[in-house]
Amino acid sequence: MNPELGLFALILATCLALLQSVVPLVGSYTGRLRWMSAGRSLATGQFIFTLLSFSCLVYAFLTDDFSVKYVASNSNSLLPSIYKFTATWGGHEGSLLLWILTLTGWGQVVALRSDKLPPELGARVLSVLGMVSVGFLLFILVTSNPFERLLPFPVQDGNDLNPLLQDLGMIIHPPMLYMGYVGFAVAFAFAIAALMGGQLDSAWSRWARPWTTVAWCFLTAGIALGSWWAYYELGWGGWWFWDPVENASLMPWLSGTALIHSLAVTEKRGLFKSWTLLLAIATFSLSLFGTFLVRSGVLTSVHAFASDPERGLFILAYLVLVVGASLTLFAFKAPEIRSKITFSLLSRETLILVNNVLLVTSCATVLLGTMFPLLVDALDLGMISVGPPYFNTLFVPMAMMLAFALGIGMMLNWKKGTVSWLVQQLRWIFLASVIGGVAFGFMYGDKFVISEALAIGLVIWVVLAILKDMYNKTRNASNLFAGLKKLKPSYYGMQLAHFGIAVTFVGAAMSTGYSLQKDIRMNPGDTVELGEYAFRFDGVKEIQGANYMANAGIISIFKDQKKVTVLYPEKRVYKVKGMPMTEAGIDGGFTRDLYVALGEPLGEGSWAVRLHIKPFVRFLWLGAMFMALGGLLAVSDKRYRVRLKKKAGIRSKTAKGKIAGKAVAGGRA
Amino acid sequence: MNPVRKQRLLLILLLVAGVGVAVALALFALKENINHYYSPAQIVSGEAPIGQKIRGGGVVVPGSLKRDPGGLKVTFKVSDGEGEVEVEYTGILPDLFREGQGIVGTGKLDKNRRFIAEELLAKHDENYMPPEVQNAIDKAHKSEGNQ
Repeated sequence: MNPELGLFALILATCLALLQSVVPLVGSYTGRLRWMSAGRSLATGQFIFTLLSFSCLVYAFLTDDFSVKYVASNSNSLLPSIYKFTATWGGHEGSLLLWILTLTGWGQVVALRSDKLPPELGARVLSVLGMVSVGFLLFILVTSNPFERLLPFPVQDGNDLNPLLQDLGMIIHPPMLYMGYVGFAVAFAFAIAALMGGQLDSAWSRWARPWTTVAWCFLTAGIALGSWWAYYELGWGGWWFWDPVENASLMPWLSGTALIHSLAVTEKRGLFKSWTLLLAIATFSLSLFGTFLVRSGVLTSVHAFASDPERGLFILAYLVLVVGASLTLFAFKAPEIRSKITFSLLSRETLILVNNVLLVTSCATVLLGTMFPLLVDALDLGMISVGPPYFNTLFVPMAMMLAFALGIGMMLNWKKGTVSWLVQQLRWIFLASVIGGVAFGFMYGDKFVISEALAIGLVIWVVLAILKDMYNKTRNASNLFAGLKKLKPSYYGMQLAHFGIAVTFVGAAMSTGYSLQKDIRMNPGDTVELGEYAFRFDGVKEIQGANYMANAGIISIFKDQKKVTVLYPEKRVYKVKGMPMTEAGIDGGFTRDLYVALGEPLGEGSWAVRLHIKPFVRFLWLGAMFMALGGLLAVSDKRYRVRLKKKAGIRSKTAKGKIAGKAVAGGRA
Repeated sequence: MNPVRKQRLLLILLLVAGVGVAVALALFALKENINHYYSPAQIVSGEAPIGQKIRGGGVVVPGSLKRDPGGLKVTFKVSDGEGEVEVEYTGILPDLFREGQGIVGTGKLDKNRRFIAEELLAKHDENYMPPEVQNAIDKAHKSEGNQ
């Protein structure tokens, strides 16, 4: 009965979503306030029913209801309960349901806060969100029903969750990523609503900005978690593989990063308006495109288990519809919201433009590299793959240029700057970065590596520029503390996120340039030297897990004859699927990770062993955390919480039309 | 030309130049880093270039796996039903490497048309067959049927 209840709730949610996409929108054009405010209750209803449906699926997993096909293929009675819970989103159908739950959750929060928006804008935003969820709800109902039964012959036991997903990182990675992907739907909805109304002013950007930033924070954290998971779970010791599925999440991140910067200009200076809207549309479309890539089966990787051409076709059609419709609207309405302000070539606006061009270009190169093999295959020109060197040669220089532009942009004022000011501000910083980078290149490691020296130079550049800017901003205060206290949370958020970039740079440069690695055959008792460390292999013991058997290697690590740690890398075999898996042994540290993984047994007690020393690798994810926290800090700024004072007035019938006009007053500044 | 127009023109020129350089660089990098896949049959027939980085792969022939007793070097044969190619690889094999399993790797052919793999791709599903390999097998089957 439970699965049927879940399906029923899902169908109800679809009906509510349909109403939500029509009623408030019609209301906003005919000026019927009751129709407009219906959007809020509909959004709440949609959220509650989706939550109910999701809970039914969770319940089916926790109670081992193997009569449900999706449960049977993704769970097993031996699976630990926590993984039974997370297995809910371990496959296609469930992760889609989680996606929809996230979407309706965002819709619910927007609805709760929409009383601060002009009623027309709020109604249109909710309508667009309703349309987005109609698409996904129909997708799940038509092509991927998670509640499908295996009746009348249910299986005795389930097929088990993919062992790679039986991991703590997997519990939070997908929800985080979805919060990001789906959060951009809100930015998209705001953009479409602005186009419908033909008005876009700084008030609009103040409303749209926090949503976009929060979504971006989640996406940042989600990507970092995914990279961390790949690092410790895949047993290869890498943290980014330029795998199409990773690219699918990186592309919306890149264009989303461009979007939050362009939104800043739109808010502060009333510029880049149509560009901002275009970016909002592009970012959400790339999120959808990522879903298409992962779910359609055009790619095969860890994320795409059950793939099905019908599903791919559905998402592709949906994608074409969304992109086509929003671009058409853009083409008709964008001329109405063009900005008429000029700025000098040497100004913060220009530097943010540089930032946007770089981000969009790198997004395009990633898109090209990801799509090219698919295109060539579709045209039947052979099977090719684009290797990581392609991405590295293009992406890394662009990231470096971005960091360089960051330092300049921070020093420049809005509207107009002068060369002499810039030179005066930055000459010592520039000199320090060059000397620092070169000195580092010669002192660290065995030989001079130009890219690493450059990266470290840029790290110094960014950090010093941040400090200099903070110094400039506090110089006029009576003392440093008073000055720092005066600065706004949004300023601190921005600087924290920029500092995060520098930290991530350290991690990427150091772990790429100075990692040590050895794949080697070891007999029990053998000792291998790697860098400053000696690794001793003390044999293998057997471990019995809840649903797996494992051989755990015992590897003692010494530095200067002193024992540092003992690591137990495992080679597991999961019982149900008989699938082997590597579980790396990692000794994490602030300045270095020791990483060992077990290969295969080579007979007579000897094993293939992989040994790594990865300097500063944790900085990668630490930096990403700084970026995400910086974003959240920026959103906490009070200026985003200014209420509309006309609340009482909005209720009165006579003033309907005018008030809305006033709320968005000064539209085309 | 008035200053505003001049500035706009400059901006546009800058943009066009930037995009042009980016596109040129991208295409160059793409050209340098595309790895073509060659099936065992194509490698045997001499269609695949020697000494150039390519992708190769097929089903690991049962009983063909040999280990070097001292190190991590392994050799094995892959097949698509039509041709058989010897593969040499030094390093740790992916978790799901098994005889009878489809694998794909990147590497170069040596003079004897042996595939020296630098990297073997690990896939995360025991039922997974790399699309390239599936394609090659299908083709081999088809040509058998026609004869």
